[in-house]
Amino acid sequence: MSTFFTSRLFFISLALVVIAATLPLYVSGYVLGLLTVAFYFGVFAMAWDLLFGFAGEVNFGPTFLIGVGAYTAGILNAQFGWSVYPCIVLGALASVIAGLVLALPALRVRGPYFGLTTLVAVLMLQNFIVVFADLTGGEIGLTIPDVITIDAGANYWIALGFMTISAAILYGLSQSPIGLVLQASGQDPVQAGALGFNIVKHKLAAFIVSAFFSGLSGALLVFYFGTASVGTVVDVAVGVNVIVSAVLGGRRTVLGAALGAIFLIVAGEFLRPTGELATFIVSAVALLVVLFFPGGFLGAALSREARS
Amino acid sequence: MDMRLSNRAVLEVRGLTKRFGGLTAVKNLGFDVNGGEIFGLIGPNGSGKSTAMKSVMGIERPTSGEVIFEGENVAGLPAHKIARKGFGMVFQHSRPLNRQTVLENILVALLPDSLFMLFPDKALVERAKWIAERVGLGNVMNRRPPTLPFADLRRLELAKAIARDPKVVLVDEPFAGLTRAEVDIFSDLIRSFRDEGRAVMLVDHNVKSVAALVDRVLAMYLGEEIVTGRADEVMKNETVRRVYLGGAIETHARPETSFKDKVPLLQVENVSVFYGKAQALENVSIHVHEGEFVSIVGLNGAGKTTLFNTISGFLPYSGEIVRGGDRLRGTSPAKIARSGLVQCPESRELFGEMSVRENLDLGGQHLSDDKRAAQLAWLFELFPILKERQGQMAQTLSGGEQQMLAIGRALMMQPQILILDEPTLGLAPVILEQLSKALTKLRQTTSITVLLGEQNVTFALPHADRVYVLEHARIVWEGDPGRFAAEAGADFL
Repeated sequence: MSTFFTSRLFFISLALVVIAATLPLYVSGYVLGLLTVAFYFGVFAMAWDLLFGFAGEVNFGPTFLIGVGAYTAGILNAQFGWSVYPCIVLGALASVIAGLVLALPALRVRGPYFGLTTLVAVLMLQNFIVVFADLTGGEIGLTIPDVITIDAGANYWIALGFMTISAAILYGLSQSPIGLVLQASGQDPVQAGALGFNIVKHKLAAFIVSAFFSGLSGALLVFYFGTASVGTVVDVAVGVNVIVSAVLGGRRTVLGAALGAIFLIVAGEFLRPTGELATFIVSAVALLVVLFFPGGFLGAALSREARS
Repeated sequence: MDMRLSNRAVLEVRGLTKRFGGLTAVKNLGFDVNGGEIFGLIGPNGSGKSTAMKSVMGIERPTSGEVIFEGENVAGLPAHKIARKGFGMVFQHSRPLNRQTVLENILVALLPDSLFMLFPDKALVERAKWIAERVGLGNVMNRRPPTLPFADLRRLELAKAIARDPKVVLVDEPFAGLTRAEVDIFSDLIRSFRDEGRAVMLVDHNVKSVAALVDRVLAMYLGEEIVTGRADEVMKNETVRRVYLGGAIETHARPETSFKDKVPLLQVENVSVFYGKAQALENVSIHVHEGEFVSIVGLNGAGKTTLFNTISGFLPYSGEIVRGGDRLRGTSPAKIARSGLVQCPESRELFGEMSVRENLDLGGQHLSDDKRAAQLAWLFELFPILKERQGQMAQTLSGGEQQMLAIGRALMMQPQILILDEPTLGLAPVILEQLSKALTKLRQTTSITVLLGEQNVTFALPHADRVYVLEHARIVWEGDPGRFAAEAGADFL
């Protein structure tokens, strides 16, 4: 752990954050807006990697956790007039509770069945939002009266700061004894059990942490967008983007997931002139990386280091 | 504390039974293990010894029975709770954390089962270092597992198992894959666990390999105890001998001139195969007559599987392979198999989640319904156990039954030439005897041509009409099995 502060990864990350922090001084509001969204996505992807890369559980429904956080915060603000910050905190808490309710039964089933359970949860949430349109805004979406700030630079810094702090916590956790035990449980649950670790307890904890950051990020995102809609925070396609980001960046790296998310969103935007083709091109690149560099951007670098 | 002084055994197992569906893997097993004792649980593949060990550890939940540790019944508890009470298990296959160092891997085993430890204790790191030294990993502590040789990975497993100073150490096949020199080192390490007063329980295939190490042995077969006692007593036991020891080698070779085809049915001529830069086959030439039974013997890595895969069309090669006058080059593996040159691979490649019957039906898929039924009836006569197991999932069969199913599935394709690659791998002698009988029957009652690859000479010779010896990618000897022992046997017997 202590070696991290002298490692190359630390200095590269630090340099990237410092450079990113100075961007509002010389780039347009348009670019800042794009990166703001990308940073929140980065947190989604990192939270997802904690589950997949470390606990070894594929959560096909990251947007269940994100959506519960986002909509709870949005509804409390729009329908009940609560102020922004309590809404954000409660959004994150709601996500943790929803995650717990989902994970408790889901972690009892193994392998692909866990993933299927999480996928069904997303569909149920989506359905709930559409059916209870009075409360949730339904398919049109929920307009949120309050925002944290309207200043593009401030929004950008909030997102960057939030991502940096989340990255530090999630990465730290992944490198801590808990991260080691999680990794051991993900790789060989039988042996981890025989070494005296309660695997369900550890995986549940990972799920709760993942839910907390997903929900918090989702809640912050709706207050940036000023709306909450199925298409931006719940749809299965959004979840697929989160998963692709994490895999692109590199499994079991946490930080790579954030890089992957930023890449995916920025690349999608750059290709906007190609119209409908943009999604296709980004997906094709992602597919190629997954097929030929399954370790992802950061994973390839780290495993080369491991072999030497 | 010297546990040898206490009069109660550290571990007492009473009436342990484990059922998987209709299969009783362990039946009413009972034994004691004392502190400062090495106890061996011995049995051929499929005898239930591994299941018994897993049931003690809590990895499998026993169906009934008691596992009493220091007076407390722990049967039915989950593995992590049993581990915390003072059990450690050495696994045969390891999956270490590849991005962490050896030291960190050992450290994992020392961590508490807590969600609140964010930084490892200094004391734990010191203890991990001490354990690494203790098992002989002192020099490689800061390396990562992928860079370590196999023996060091096994040491790492030992280190993890004893990390939290368990009173009971369970070891699954302690010597699998180790060289003779390494076996001595590991024996010393396991003895040192005993000398520290721990109760050590080993699981292994045969008595001989662990005889020098164990204080007492329980031999089991088909889930039940045969006999318990000192290793030499157990080896003398009548039933144990019958389960383990095959007969003397008798050969029944038919002379090559007795086969009527002038041009052999299958000819492999000057075949060479490369894997990258490594040469796996070097100018190999063999021939097989119609109806002949040819054994290819060679140690692991000699090139047997490569030869068979080349014949089956899976690998590019130089040279020629001719079957019945036609060159096989350019024919797809599927076409070769369908035309009656069928391989039963070393790894069996069963469809694990399909039933026995479904596996067999797939083999006979190209046959008409009544022909398939007739072939199946004939096959069940050859391997009666498969008839009993028809509805069972293939992956739940014992090793021997799986091998029979693999051969059975190949036979359902009505092969003209059957290639059997190491059918005896990992099987106990009693199973070998059953397989051997089936092969004898196959040879006597059918015209199927068989090409058998084996490192087990006692299995390969009795059936063979002719033998080839493959060594380091080359054929070094060819001849009658009767002359094998005198001319080429020294390396094998």
